[in-house]
Formats: sequence, C-alpha cells, structure tokens
Amino acid sequence: MSDNKVSSWVAQFRRGQSAKAYPPAVSLLLVSPLIALLFIGFVYPVARLVELSFANGAEPYVRLVKGDLYIGVLTDTIVISAAVAALCLFLGYPVALAMARLKRRAALLVTACVIVPLWTSVLIRSYAWVVLLQRNGLVNDLLQTTGLSDGPLRLLYTQGAVVLAMTHVLLPFAILPIQATLRSLPADLTRAASNLGATPIRAFVLITLPLSLPGVFAGTLLCFVLALGFYITPALVGGPGSMMMATLIGQQTLVVLDWPFAAALSTLLLTVSLLLVAVFRRALAQSKGFSSAH
Amino acid sequence: MVDTAHFCCNKKCIVKVLQSYVASTLPRRGPDVTCPAPAANRTACTRAFGHRTGLSVHRLGDKLIGKSLTLTGISKAYGAVEAVKNTTLEIHAGEFVSIVGPSGSGKTSLLTMIAGFEHPSSGTIHIASQDITLAAPHLRNIGMVFQRYALFPHMTVRENIAFPLRMRRVSRTPDGRRRVAEMLDLVQLEGLEDRYPHQLSGGQQQRVAVARALVFNPPVILMDEPLGALDKKLREAMQLEIKRIQERLGATVVYVTHDQEEALTMSNRVAVMHRGTLQQIGAPDELYRDPQNAFVADFVGSINFLPVTVVSCDENTAVVVLRGSSAPISVRRRASDRPTPGQLYQLAIRPEHLELRATQWDCNSVIEGVLDTVVFAGATRTAVVRISALGDAVVRVQVPFSQAIPEKGALVSVEFAADNARLFPAESEAQP
Repeated sequence: MSDNKVSSWVAQFRRGQSAKAYPPAVSLLLVSPLIALLFIGFVYPVARLVELSFANGAEPYVRLVKGDLYIGVLTDTIVISAAVAALCLFLGYPVALAMARLKRRAALLVTACVIVPLWTSVLIRSYAWVVLLQRNGLVNDLLQTTGLSDGPLRLLYTQGAVVLAMTHVLLPFAILPIQATLRSLPADLTRAASNLGATPIRAFVLITLPLSLPGVFAGTLLCFVLALGFYITPALVGGPGSMMMATLIGQQTLVVLDWPFAAALSTLLLTVSLLLVAVFRRALAQSKGFSSAH
Repeated sequence: MVDTAHFCCNKKCIVKVLQSYVASTLPRRGPDVTCPAPAANRTACTRAFGHRTGLSVHRLGDKLIGKSLTLTGISKAYGAVEAVKNTTLEIHAGEFVSIVGPSGSGKTSLLTMIAGFEHPSSGTIHIASQDITLAAPHLRNIGMVFQRYALFPHMTVRENIAFPLRMRRVSRTPDGRRRVAEMLDLVQLEGLEDRYPHQLSGGQQQRVAVARALVFNPPVILMDEPLGALDKKLREAMQLEIKRIQERLGATVVYVTHDQEEALTMSNRVAVMHRGTLQQIGAPDELYRDPQNAFVADFVGSINFLPVTVVSCDENTAVVVLRGSSAPISVRRRASDRPTPGQLYQLAIRPEHLELRATQWDCNSVIEGVLDTVVFAGATRTAVVRISALGDAVVRVQVPFSQAIPEKGALVSVEFAADNARLFPAESEAQP
C-alpha cells in the first residue's frame, strides 16, 4: 500500500498535475544550474563570512558597538541610501511617465537616454562626476564666471556629491520598474476617468498614481538596497568625512587587513539590509495600493 | 520626413494636454473668458477656448439625460489615412442608434471624437445646441462604456459607480448616495457594492460599467462594443438589459458594434459604416428590406449576389438576364440608379426569398445547379447550391423543415419572386 503511494508520488513528480505547468521534475532540472551557482557563489561564502566574523569570539562586534565611528558610518549609509532612493523616485517618476505615454520614436529616444548610461561602467560615470565637481571643474568654472561664487567651492568629497553621483547611477533602477507598471495600465483607465469628469490632474492622482504604486515600491526598494552596498562611487567622490559601509569594509579588508572585523561589518550590513527590506515589504503588503492592484 | 511628421503629431498632443490643463484650472462657472485677441483672430481664439463656452461639469440636473447629438461633416485623418470622411449624423433625443461596420470602418474613431479623446480634422459636434467639438473630455458630460469596461481596479463597485459623482463633488450628499443606490438596484448588483472588480464575473463587471456611465445622468451615452467580451448567452441577456435600462431612463445611446445582429436587435436606427463613410442609416427593418448599396445588403443579414447583364430599362423596372442563361428577369430598379443596356449588374436576393425545387427541366426555372450541402441553422436549414453556369458560384437557399430536400449531388433549380430581388451596380464591392 505504501509502495503504491510512493509510486503515485513519483509519477506525479515526473508528470505534474496540469498541462499548463512544467512537472516538478522538469522545473527542478531547469533551475538547478541557478541553484548550484547560488550555493557556490552566495550561500557558502556568506556562511563562511559569518563564521569568520566569530573567529575571535564576539570581540569584533563589541569593538563595533563601542566605537561611535562605525555606528555613525552605518547610520550615514542608511540616511544617504534613503536620500538617494527618494531622489531617484522623484526624478524617475516623471521620466517613467513620459516613457510610458510617448509613442514610437520619442519613446525610443527617452528609453535610450535611460538605458545607455546603464550600459556604461559605473567607474566611468563616477569619474565623470569627479571631473565635473573638482576645484577647477566645469561646475566651479561656471559658478565663478557667472559671479555666483567668488572662489572655487568645495563640491567634491562631500556627502552631497555622494548623493548626487549615486542618484545618477541608480536612476535607471527606479525608472524601469515604474515604467513597466505604468505601461501595463490600460490607457482606457485614464480615458474613463476623464470621461467621467476628472481633470487630468485628478485622473493622475486618483487613478494612475495609486495603480503605479507597486512599481514605485519595487523601484525605490531596489535603489535603496543597491545604495546600501555601493562601493565605487562613494569611494571616488566621497571624502573621508562621508564614508559609507562598503568603503569602510573595503578599507578593513585591503588596508588594515583585519578580516574578522571586516566580516563583522559585512554581517551587520547584511542583517540591517535584510531587516529593512523585510520591514519595507511588510508595510507595503498592508498598504492598499499593493494588495488590491491585482 | 517621418520624423518631422511624428514630432508634429507630438506637438499637437502637447497642445491638447495644455488645453485641457488650462481648462481644468480655469474657474468652472461664471462669465466666459473674454477673448484678448482682436476680432480677426477671434475664430482661432474661440477654437482654443471653444470648450469654455458655457461648458462645465454639470451638477446632476434632472433634465439632462437624453439630449440630441449632431455630427456635421466630421472628418478625421491620421497622416495620409482618412479614418472618417465627411460624416453627418443626427441622433435624436432618447434614441438608441447603433454604428456598425467591419473593423477599420471608422466607427470607433467616430466614437472617440464624440467622447473627446481625439479632435476631428474638420466638422462639428453638437449636444443639443451646444458645440462640443473641441471641448476637453472631462467637460463633455458624456457617459461611456468601454470595450474592456475600464473599471478602476483599486476601487470597490460602489466607489467605481460613485466616481463621476465624486468628480462633481456630490458623492457624499444624500442625493449622491441615493443615486448610487438606485443604480445598484437598476443593474441588479445590490450586495456586491463592496467587492473589487476582479472579484466579479464578466457580466457583473459589465453592469458596473453601465451603472458608472449612467449615474450622473449624461445627456449622451456611448458604448464601444460593450458586450464583445461576453459569451453568447450572457450577451443576449445583457442586450435586453441595456435596452430595458435605456428605455426606462430615456437615454440617448450611441452603440458601436461589429455584430450586425446585435445592432438590429437593440436599435431604433442603425448606421452602417464602411471605409470611413456612412453607407446608410435607417430603422433595422428598413436596412434589411431596402439596402441602399451592395455593401449594406451584404453586411446586414445574409444575401446572395448573382451576376447579371442589363437588357433594357424603363421607368420602374429593369430587365436583366443571368450570365449563362437567356431567361429575362424583370426587377424593380432604384430611382437613384439608371442602368443602361449591356451593363453588368449584381442581383441581390436573400436566402429566405429563394425556393428550392427538384429540377423538372421546365423552361421557367432560372437558376439550375447541383445541391452541395445542407447546413442546419436552428429554425430552418440552409441548402448550398453550386451553379456551374455562374462559374461554380454558390447560392444559399433557406429551406423550411416541412420541405423535403433532394439528395446531395442532385440537380436542383432555385426560384424566386423578382419583387424580392434588388439590383446593384457590379463595380460596387460586395465583400467588406
């Protein structure tokens, strides 16, 4: 009898329950390369990292909590990331709206403007900001020739520079999910709203905006998480006064060579990221726009 | 080339958006904006601000529902393509008018222009005596039922129906609440008011869309193939339902469909469109009995076309002969069209006006052919007869069940009373 049960289970594993979906056996086969890669490239190293951070007992964590510097860097990182995510949202939404509403060539042009920088190396884009913001850079020259400032301003190596450059780098990650959501909204919805007496602004506020919230949340969250672990840009345009977690970890690994401490910092960043994402998702799942969009 | 045309088009769009934005920010009531331009520029100014002339989002007056709608010389060109050509259409107050035609005939373009999502290239649109040609969509007070319903997915049934009232700031008044309740009752959706659209069946969603378009007593209601997504049974039930509601409220309805049967069932009058032009408008039976041209004859109901040559023509009748036959047929001709002898024409005759006979080789029978198949069609049967003299053309004959049908492959003759046949010039297309 139990033999029968096993054979029926095996049959189901091989054939599946419906013709619409792949049977479990095939699905497993298809995702197995990814799972293997995930284990070798992510789960195993992270586990080793956590293990390494406890190599000297809890000592690195005690040092981390005691030194104001490290907690300060962590809060700075979170604040900068939040600012970058918010900026990406506010700058990105109008672009996403334009991309979704424009037709053919115009849409292609805007899309190219968004995508092409994404294909360009982050290093190059960050150096571009160095060139623009340095003492004798374009921005300072412009400020002085127009008489807006007397001497060259300190623009580079500030938190403002970090936020600016990171927003520039991460903007496409906010635009694309929002654009995808907006594009999936039937054009008839706004037409229906205006037909029923809504001004264009009210139609946007009452219909388009709430229905695009899933994309907004996805884009903002993506920007925020990416910003938390950003390395190159803050290292190049941020000075010592605007250090971020990733830069700090890099320093500990490559300069100070204190690997257990670097591992502890990494573990902390990972935990905080996961925690924030979990809280974010939880809050969003309960908000109306997320749950009733479909 | 393409680029400039395209950007021009975009510029136009931007102007339109700005226009409607300006309209929305200006005060809604009160005296008209005085035109700052000198008299010579007056027309341009009126065009730009045309939608301001006395138009406003109305506040639910009771006498608003059921106004007349007049389209005068409407044309619409998209680049080189003319979607609608010089169409004039007068729809009376409280009338149910269907616009039918194959896809691409311009019926949906016409509807989007009435709703205000597109502006006509030329011509005017009036509701009652008010010119709304260039008015912004949200100031037209036209209710519209969309093909895919376009219900707001993040709002409940009640919120969806109350949306037009909310836009008019009356959704929270006792009158507003009463109206929503009335609508729920009218479309039989009580008890479902707190559901979201995705929790409803197709038919229920359709009812919500109808209620939402009706709740603010719009002078004109547009329906764009509202039943296209429903199955046949439900569609027939909803046809009667919509007709019942329309008659009860005395609403003016413009109903677009490609289903001629649906149009014939529901409408006071049917307008047939083809390639951007209005072919004929008339009561359903008029359209069926007396089509103005071969397209209407073919589109409304089913009909056979037989090639004929004109022999002679007098005051009321024309004498024609079928190709490959010598028997003369005398047909009533239309006053507007005078055939000359020798011209090729089409003889149009409906299947129910044809009679199937077993061939007796008598000289009176005009059409002879081979019985190909017999198709069951519910109340009757349709016999398909292949006529070799007409190049294997197929003729459909309606046969009642009381009549015996010869075997397949038998020689049969088809007869008809010339009174029921219509004559159309051969060059006009029969096929859509």
